[in-house]
Amino acid sequence: MSKWVDVCSVDDLQQNSGVCALVDAEQVAIFYMEDKSVYAINNYDPFGKVHVLSRGMIGDIKGEPMVSSPLYKQHFSLKTGICFEDESVNVASYGVRIAGDRVEVNLNGAAQ
Amino acid sequence: MSNKQTLVVIGNGMVGQNFLVSLMASDIEDNYDVVTFCEEAIPAYDRVHLSEYFAGKSAAELSLVEEGFFENNNITIHLSDKATMIDRENKTVTSEKGKVIAYDKLVLATGSNAFIPPIPGNDRENCIAYRTIDDLDDMKEAAKISKVGAVVGGGLLGLEAAKALQDLDLITHVVQFGPRLMSAQLDDGGAGLLKQKIEELGVSVLVDKNTIKIVDGDECKHKMMFSDGTELETDLILYSAGIRPRDDLAAQSGLKIANRGGVIIDDNCLTSDQDIYAIGECASWNDQTFGLVAPGYAMARTVVNQLAGGDAFFTGADMSTKLKLNGVDVASIGDPHASEPGSLVYTYQNGVEGIYKRLVVSKNNKLLLGAVLVGDASGYPILSQYYLNAIDLPSNPDSLILPARSDASVGLGPDALPASAQVCSCFDVKKGDICSAIEGGCTTLGGLKKETQAGTGCGGCVALLKSVLDCELEKAGFEVNTDICEHFAYTRQDLYNLIMVEEIKTFNELLKKHGSGSGCEICKQTVGNILASYWNEFVLKEEHVGLQDTNDTFLANMQKDGTYSVVPRMTGGEVTPEGLIAIGQIAKKYGLYTKVTGGQRVDMFGARVDQLPLIWQELIDAGFESGHAYGKSLRTVKSCVGSTWCRYGVDDSVGLAVELENRYKGLRSPHKIKFAVSGCTRECAEAQSKDIGIIAVEGGWNLYVCGNGGMKPRHGDLFATNLDKETLIKYIDRVLTFYVQTADRMQRTSVWMENMEGGLDYLQSVIIDDKLNICDKLEDQMQRVVDTYQCEWKTTIADESKVKRFRHFVNSDKHDENIIFVEERGQVRPANIEERELAKAEMA
Repeated sequence: MSKWVDVCSVDDLQQNSGVCALVDAEQVAIFYMEDKSVYAINNYDPFGKVHVLSRGMIGDIKGEPMVSSPLYKQHFSLKTGICFEDESVNVASYGVRIAGDRVEVNLNGAAQ
Repeated sequence: MSNKQTLVVIGNGMVGQNFLVSLMASDIEDNYDVVTFCEEAIPAYDRVHLSEYFAGKSAAELSLVEEGFFENNNITIHLSDKATMIDRENKTVTSEKGKVIAYDKLVLATGSNAFIPPIPGNDRENCIAYRTIDDLDDMKEAAKISKVGAVVGGGLLGLEAAKALQDLDLITHVVQFGPRLMSAQLDDGGAGLLKQKIEELGVSVLVDKNTIKIVDGDECKHKMMFSDGTELETDLILYSAGIRPRDDLAAQSGLKIANRGGVIIDDNCLTSDQDIYAIGECASWNDQTFGLVAPGYAMARTVVNQLAGGDAFFTGADMSTKLKLNGVDVASIGDPHASEPGSLVYTYQNGVEGIYKRLVVSKNNKLLLGAVLVGDASGYPILSQYYLNAIDLPSNPDSLILPARSDASVGLGPDALPASAQVCSCFDVKKGDICSAIEGGCTTLGGLKKETQAGTGCGGCVALLKSVLDCELEKAGFEVNTDICEHFAYTRQDLYNLIMVEEIKTFNELLKKHGSGSGCEICKQTVGNILASYWNEFVLKEEHVGLQDTNDTFLANMQKDGTYSVVPRMTGGEVTPEGLIAIGQIAKKYGLYTKVTGGQRVDMFGARVDQLPLIWQELIDAGFESGHAYGKSLRTVKSCVGSTWCRYGVDDSVGLAVELENRYKGLRSPHKIKFAVSGCTRECAEAQSKDIGIIAVEGGWNLYVCGNGGMKPRHGDLFATNLDKETLIKYIDRVLTFYVQTADRMQRTSVWMENMEGGLDYLQSVIIDDKLNICDKLEDQMQRVVDTYQCEWKTTIADESKVKRFRHFVNSDKHDENIIFVEERGQVRPANIEERELAKAEMA
């Protein structure tokens, strides 16, 4: 069942950076890219074991959008949540879209 | 029926065992059924450290065989059974106990015997060779009824034996046939000092003593009679006058033997029989035998490689040694005797501290041929690197043996580091490990980290790791990629110049013009840092905010639990009582942990992201400003109390520290910068360990640059002396701007200096003599930064849109429930994982 949850206004996002939203008790890190695309993955850093990924720096590795953990600098794909340094580690990735001036998250949805 | 071949190894000494271990670690371990003979009752042990047996080490501790090694690897070992015959025609080995083993390949590792000088009386009671653990047990017995002991032979092993006698509480003499101790490894000067030092330890050393016979003593059991008419009374005699290869078994079976003894082997370590190898001390290569283990191990590796079909050769061995003899450091490298025609010698002798150093260099002064170090062998790793790798010597080779003075800097890049140098202290990764991983195909930093674990702990060594990688790749002929990352094919310095020349003000502009992709945390931070250094705009401006690491984004330092620490500036370490009270009240109100830092200020830990603006509002109201502890920027100017209060103070160090900190605060740089000012040469502020250090002297201020504490401490270089304040500030302006413009990313001033071609002299010529004619520009740039300073927290708090970012959830005022503290020593600390789970369970 896909369910889109309204989270915040586009103005609340910070371009080239991330924010964290609370969606059904899950911490969701939402990233707003330079080209205005959005990605959402879980906020939990499996290496540092704390909820901080939304505060990491974003960019790309060979074209794949990524976030770098603010703690120990591992990189996670924003599309799949898979860690570039250790493919056996991944964080959940979620659906996220911009509808008008609102940002919506779908915990069961795949990233686009 | 096994289709395996049978490999027989005769001898289980250090080299025989090393061969077995290498074989088992190789890919061909399953190709052979392995049988080995060992005449002693115990398998291989560490003969090099035999004397430790008397210092309390047990035979088990000396053992070189891991428990279960033979069983686990299906090796048949025949202990206390010696091979007595090789039938080369039928390819069998027969043992003393009558075992007959057919072999396909045979390895001789029969080692050597102690040489017993052919003197009448040499076989008297309690005249013992110093070679095996059995010998040691005999020695122990004999020592019980002895008062005096003598060692015949003043070589390496002889001096070890002397230590053993001392450990047994005997009056100890060393009797040397030749004129000096360790004659193979030392020259007269080094040997002379060694003799003196060993005598200071209570061992008498007799040189030039040719023993002609041993007879009954008057006071002691024996009397040694020397050719010069003198004599020595002793109860116990140990022979350690060299070794003789054990080649009798090989000789009986018809293998070729060298004139001076030893089974002749070729570069493949093959004897005159194509199925028989010889390794270690029993082998003679190029008419040389080797009495050290390292060449034996090299031969063992050669044979394993040969058996595996490889083409490794034994090409001789480095006979360099470094050891501690009775507490005296001794090292010898290459040919210390300057026997090559035309070779030149440098010596350094320090009679006060008992140090002797000698370098032998080639005729053109370029290559190290040999060295002797006695009393201080700390230079061994670097010297042996020069020797082994034939690295070009510095223009003044004597700088390598002269003591380091504070006014001299010898730059040692990563290449000068020995293989044994520890690069990563978290996982104990040595440079050698890193180099082997690189040789094994790891050519990226990421790959290297994964393979060796280096740099994956605290990360403090990553810069060094990278420079080792670059250096090794360059040596291997790779073109070293100095690109900052995949998005910019430029170095930091290139990017700085592009930004400066093209007056670029944003990351996107730079990326569009000179980069590709969308960037990453490496290039974004670097560019953000350069923009901040050069233009000094507010780092949280819309177009810059995505370039900042979390610390800069939230103007605080993220800690392991995701909370932040807050550090207000206390210039020069000065703080008023009101200030202290305010900090105490704020910390108490927000439940923060407080600690005094090494930079003389107070750090408050445990602030949630949503608390940061509230805390800072209160700090600013109390008169504080940002301490920039989160930035790659000036941290603190530490000071001692100086002439204002101190009885010894020469000048006002606190006053100068406050002025300097106010001048340079907010300056963004490739890495953090620390200053200190001491009010006199007692140096209580430890200025010489800082990037910029200043010490008051009678004639003004002395300026030190590029010091560092931290992971790889470095004393600052004395840059200029007796400066007045105006000149001092001018020089600091110039040095810092030059550093900001030319250093690599994340490069501290110390490493910047180490890697600078021309080193201190060059920097002085640029900064003091204005060799490049850029000093005006350097000063102008610094003045611009000084003039545009702002307290980032003041700016942030005044802008609601910036404050908005300081909350955990964009859509809720809740805060992160996973942040949990527990109390310890009267303050909070982050809960560990178990404590966190427990607390959450209680809440639920």
